[in-house]
Amino acid sequence: MATFHLNINGSEKTVDVDPSTPLLWVLREELKLTGTKYGCGISACGACTVHVAGIATRSCVVPVELIGDRPIVTIEAIGKDPVGRAVQNAWIEKDVVQCGYCQSGQIMSAVALLKDTKKPTDKNIEESMGGNLCRCATYVRIREAIKRASQQLG
Amino acid sequence: MQPALKRENDLTLNRRSFLQVTTAAAGGLLVSLYLPRITSAQQPPAPKVYPPDAFIHIATDGKINITVNRLEFGQGVQTSLPMVLADELDADWSQVTAELAPAADVYKDPLFGMQMVGGSGSIAHSFQQYRELGAKTRAMLVAAAADRWQVAAKECRTENSVVYGPNNRSARYAELANDAARKSVPDKVALKSASEFRLIGKPVKRLDSPAKCDGSQKFGLDLDLPGMKIAVVAHPPVFGAKVKTVDDRDARALAGVRDVFEIPLEKGTGVAVVADRFWTAKRARDLLKIDWDLTGVERPDTAELRAKYKQLATTTGNVAATRGDEKALDSIPQTNRIVAEYEFPYLAHAPMEPLNATVNFQGDKAEAWVPSQFQTMDQMIIAQALGLKPDQVTFHTEFAGGGFGRRATTDSHVPKEAALIAKRFRDTPIKLIWTREDDVRGGYYRPMHAHRIEIGIGPDGLPSAWRHVIVGQSLLAGTPFAMMIKNGVDETAVEGTADTSYNIPNFHVSVHHPTVNVPVLWWRSVGHTHNAFVMETLIDELATRARIDPIAYRRKLLKTDAKKLHSVLDLLDQKSAWRKNLAAGRAVGISCHESFETAVACAVEVSIENKRPKIHRATVALNCGLAVNPLSVESQFQGGLGFGVLQLMAQGAITLKDGRVEQRNFDGYTPAYIIDAPMMVDVHIVPSTEPPTGCGEPPVPVISPAVVNALSMLTGKRYRTLPLVNV
Repeated sequence: MATFHLNINGSEKTVDVDPSTPLLWVLREELKLTGTKYGCGISACGACTVHVAGIATRSCVVPVELIGDRPIVTIEAIGKDPVGRAVQNAWIEKDVVQCGYCQSGQIMSAVALLKDTKKPTDKNIEESMGGNLCRCATYVRIREAIKRASQQLG
Repeated sequence: MQPALKRENDLTLNRRSFLQVTTAAAGGLLVSLYLPRITSAQQPPAPKVYPPDAFIHIATDGKINITVNRLEFGQGVQTSLPMVLADELDADWSQVTAELAPAADVYKDPLFGMQMVGGSGSIAHSFQQYRELGAKTRAMLVAAAADRWQVAAKECRTENSVVYGPNNRSARYAELANDAARKSVPDKVALKSASEFRLIGKPVKRLDSPAKCDGSQKFGLDLDLPGMKIAVVAHPPVFGAKVKTVDDRDARALAGVRDVFEIPLEKGTGVAVVADRFWTAKRARDLLKIDWDLTGVERPDTAELRAKYKQLATTTGNVAATRGDEKALDSIPQTNRIVAEYEFPYLAHAPMEPLNATVNFQGDKAEAWVPSQFQTMDQMIIAQALGLKPDQVTFHTEFAGGGFGRRATTDSHVPKEAALIAKRFRDTPIKLIWTREDDVRGGYYRPMHAHRIEIGIGPDGLPSAWRHVIVGQSLLAGTPFAMMIKNGVDETAVEGTADTSYNIPNFHVSVHHPTVNVPVLWWRSVGHTHNAFVMETLIDELATRARIDPIAYRRKLLKTDAKKLHSVLDLLDQKSAWRKNLAAGRAVGISCHESFETAVACAVEVSIENKRPKIHRATVALNCGLAVNPLSVESQFQGGLGFGVLQLMAQGAITLKDGRVEQRNFDGYTPAYIIDAPMMVDVHIVPSTEPPTGCGEPPVPVISPAVVNALSMLTGKRYRTLPLVNV
């Protein structure tokens, strides 16, 4: 066990865990931030996507010991960000979700895409969202919602 | 899945005698308490009238909470059933909230007689029930207002949670709720005519959307209870193997590991690891050194099964359908015959939320939290595992991250594992987590199938003789539904073929159900997954051969009384944008199919990119009777098509070698990602006032044959073996 000081959603959190523990399980079990989901544990589905220093990251394969002082943003706080808020609003407007389990990760990936590329093409969307699995296959509305958020953000 | 169990939807008997309409401690009425469980000695007649108090709670602040009698796992029922009730109640929709019902008799599916989601019945089976609940509650509120104002009920009208009476009097539902609770529940009420609907038939956004977009929606896996421990189980590498010896010293040495012990499984035995945290439990499981006993355990092997199934398909099986002359085929010249052999692999459901169940055993009672499609079954089996009666297990239905049939097992093996572990930890909630690896390797797959079809073509280009053999494990054999197997035919293996709406004069379908040591289960749209693929690719092949337009050919061959199918083909034909401006290198494939009483036709525009089908656009026409929430119907069809694409994925197969599943996670078993699914899906609904029918499963069967029909146009090849490895 070891102690880690993490910058999560703008505040410092201290956790005492095994250094190999993936960030995902620190978020979910130590910090009770269960919006970030476990889907596969091998970075193949994207349900666990969070932002680490602004980069969309699969938290299920990042050991907590590698985080250092990089700021982490999870789905619980992404609404404080204007792009995050726009994406969440577009998701609701387009009625994207079905079971909803993957959508935290989808939204985190979409926010990262729109921060990088203001007017994404279908190809940009396929590349950036390409690792986020949705078994309900809400992909058509995910495309529409990303375009809608992009439009709203101007 | 269509278990036609005992019907309990006879609404004629009033059971007011044991209906408790109580006033809430916090005020407000129609309190959300559930019917007290009646002990078997004083068992009253089966429920006949649904008590509004189990479904509706009107709070003093005007909020109306509606209890949904089945699992929400994406299909949108947590919005659609409240819509139905709120419409008849004339409730203010902006004040409506919804919650999932716990396990209780009153929440059983009115047709199936058990609490469950399956067979695309969420709306189809509870539409009438929820309308009546809304209308009856409305009548009670009106009666309370009429009493208060000393006027006749018929002088009152309702709108947006307010009763209006003569002389400009009005009262909010919230004010009337306590008085209404004392009114008797009417036996019969008039329901609205379609023209009076305010919510039903209108596009309404999901109630659960905001919580699913900000991470606040809790799923079963997110449960966090005081003192809770996490369990994982080391399952045998071959189904049915048993633990011979286990060396758990390294596992136990990890800080936070609470116990390691052997447990019996549905098949074989396993080793449970209980720890404070998931990561500890998983690491400890990785450290176990288990020697498995494989003595006498059948080790299925995909290559061997394929050969066996292929051979079996050349022999006649148990007859599922026969009409005309079985020998008619023999008189048709070889040049007018098609012989086709198809193969389908095992498929895992792989819902996004890994399987889980939480159980707290408290000696003489227990509490369970399960994202469950089969509450009645899960509650009963948890109780059995703990030596309790079902009514001693308080069972909470948790939101599920998908399911597609996987959370509807007749042996409740996941909740049962959780219960067996919890039994060792009294008064400690145990959350059992199946890792993705457990899920992919854990069985309960859509069965592997082989089909062999011989078709004789008549002079008009239509099939005049059809001999069809299907090989695949029975889903129902060995389950409580086994009595539904008739004459050796499990209908879930032949649905979509044996009952085809195509008018083939000499038609013979038979089936073999081999027994294989691989647990199988219904997978979204069940038998239609493979039967629709076979029928719709063959019909397309026949149309091509006859040089007839694929839609025209289908219309010609369909029985005239297949009204829903005709209606969707007509609508698809009218919405002909898909026919126009087809880019070079693209083709449009057609298919149609009816399942769960909903007919679907689709046109799919496809090209080949990187040796894979690229689905540019899908146009769907469907007839599901009255579309209760068109926005949700559209969503189910857009998503259902994408779900069905899994059948075409190069890695869309579970295979076994020497008894061991060869895939372990999404790296080897790969469902459709955004790049694989249709880029656009246009959904057109046939206007209808007929009773609503299923929408969860019917989209799934049509996509894979339509895509493959397009590929055939592009390459001239026929694709009869799935997964689609080479285009």
